[in-house]
Amino acid sequence: MIIAQQKPVKDIAAMISECKKVLLVGCAGCVTVCLSGGEKETEVLASSLRIMRKMEDKPLETVTYTATRQCDPEYVAMIDNYTKDVDAIISLACGVGVQYLAERFTDKWVVPALDTKFIGGSTVHGNWEEKCGLCGECILHRTGGICPIIRCSKSILNGPCGGSQYGKCEVSKDVDCAWQLIYDRMKALGKLDKLMEFHPPKDWSKSRDGGPRKAIREDVMID
Amino acid sequence: MKTESKLQQILDSGQFAVTAEIGPPKHSSAEGIRHHAEMMKDYVDATNITDNQTAIVRLSSIAAGVHVQSCGIEPIVQMTCRDRNRIAMQSDLLGAYSLGMRNVLCLSGDHQKFGNHPTAKNVYDIDSMQLIYYLRRMRDEKLFFSGEEIKEHEPRFFIGAVANPFADPFEFRVARLEKKVEAGAQFIQTQCIFDMERFERFMEMVRERGIDQRVHILAGVTPMKSWRAAKYIQNNVSGMIVPDELVERLKNAEDPKREGVEICIEQIKYIKENIKGVHGVHIMAIAWEEVVPEIVERSGLYPRPKI
Ligand code: SF4
Ligand code: SF4
Repeated sequence: MIIAQQKPVKDIAAMISECKKVLLVGCAGCVTVCLSGGEKETEVLASSLRIMRKMEDKPLETVTYTATRQCDPEYVAMIDNYTKDVDAIISLACGVGVQYLAERFTDKWVVPALDTKFIGGSTVHGNWEEKCGLCGECILHRTGGICPIIRCSKSILNGPCGGSQYGKCEVSKDVDCAWQLIYDRMKALGKLDKLMEFHPPKDWSKSRDGGPRKAIREDVMID
Repeated sequence: MKTESKLQQILDSGQFAVTAEIGPPKHSSAEGIRHHAEMMKDYVDATNITDNQTAIVRLSSIAAGVHVQSCGIEPIVQMTCRDRNRIAMQSDLLGAYSLGMRNVLCLSGDHQKFGNHPTAKNVYDIDSMQLIYYLRRMRDEKLFFSGEEIKEHEPRFFIGAVANPFADPFEFRVARLEKKVEAGAQFIQTQCIFDMERFERFMEMVRERGIDQRVHILAGVTPMKSWRAAKYIQNNVSGMIVPDELVERLKNAEDPKREGVEICIEQIKYIKENIKGVHGVHIMAIAWEEVVPEIVERSGLYPRPKI
């Protein structure tokens, strides 16, 4: 899932400092699961903003709504009624949701409440880790199910580099060396010979470097 | 594959080679590099020119290589994968060759986190293994990295790589070295050796696999100026091992700088006499280039062969 974290409230407040009434839109998708933009976080943010503005003697009116998914036009359309008299919309979705709102509500000032960080998952409650760099052509079958593109700090395909020590990456003692993990796993699977194969450079045109990407499935198109 | 590299001629002829390192400055004057080159020129066979070492912006390694070359030392241009994509790399390689550079050393490069621009975007379009492989293909098969033909004047570099016997997983370090040799590396410079025992174990594995017959390995040594410097490396530089005894010896020395030089000379002599499969030394006197001539001379490696 997509992992996002809320921006500091004062930063969000600064984005809407001129507004008198705002709509805060949460999302029931990934950001609910990672506890950054669900119904609860939306309510909490709304009240924090109101309190802040009250203290400044510039009261703010808030409306809240949590969409099933902000990355789906169908659900975004359901927000229409809430937007009429607001000066701005604060999206608590990932960057995709913010853009869907901006696209639909062309005359509204739409701002992000979250920083969209990465795609990954949780290890223990309250701890999320990045797992995939969305490279467009998965190579996990060559690396024992551990992604070197995003989990190696240098995206090395023929690792590990000379900075790997005691299982950690050279960038920090808090970061596991992805290539140590790959090595351990390949060893356990009896497939160390696979690591001797030369791994050619990636075709980055399949990644973001080919420009914004699209995925098309004609078989599921309705018309 | 033969190239015009002088270093290659020395190594291929079976002579024990000596290389050193010159770090370009954080400004735009070449005076310092030229001074170091003049000073070292009769004492080493070639010098590495570091490429924005530890991710700190410095005068370009290729430009510095030209300065060094004009002072009479053969440069080994270092190229990291951190700052350039495959287009920029090839363009710089063609440029370097046109300027007379004949040796390239391929490395991943230190992460930008350690340098003076920690908020920079890194590139890592290709890794050091791939750089080695494509450099060889440029020369031997006349192909750009993409596979397109180089119609004429392909760059013909003597290809170097690095190996770190002190990084983990230790068992895989020799295998990865072999992989670099398969990819096309012709000479290898190791990370600074402080833990001689570990280096000997590494070389034993190298010989078992016959890798020393296929590539020239130059052992990396570094004279230490103080016990604090040694301690710092011990605690803070990932992929280095500094034994406590070394720190202690420097600590107890009356003149630590002298002691650092003595230790380095002992190491070189030891490696040369006792460790089979090592074909030269690479002296990394970081920010202490002046000491190189003395180390070479007193290690019994002077005069250098005339090519
Ligand atoms: S190889 Fe690519 S697609 Fe697969 S996990 Fe890594 S970044 Fe994601
Ligand atoms: S230490 Fe490991 S994870 Fe870090 S850059 Fe090197 S190979 Fe990648």
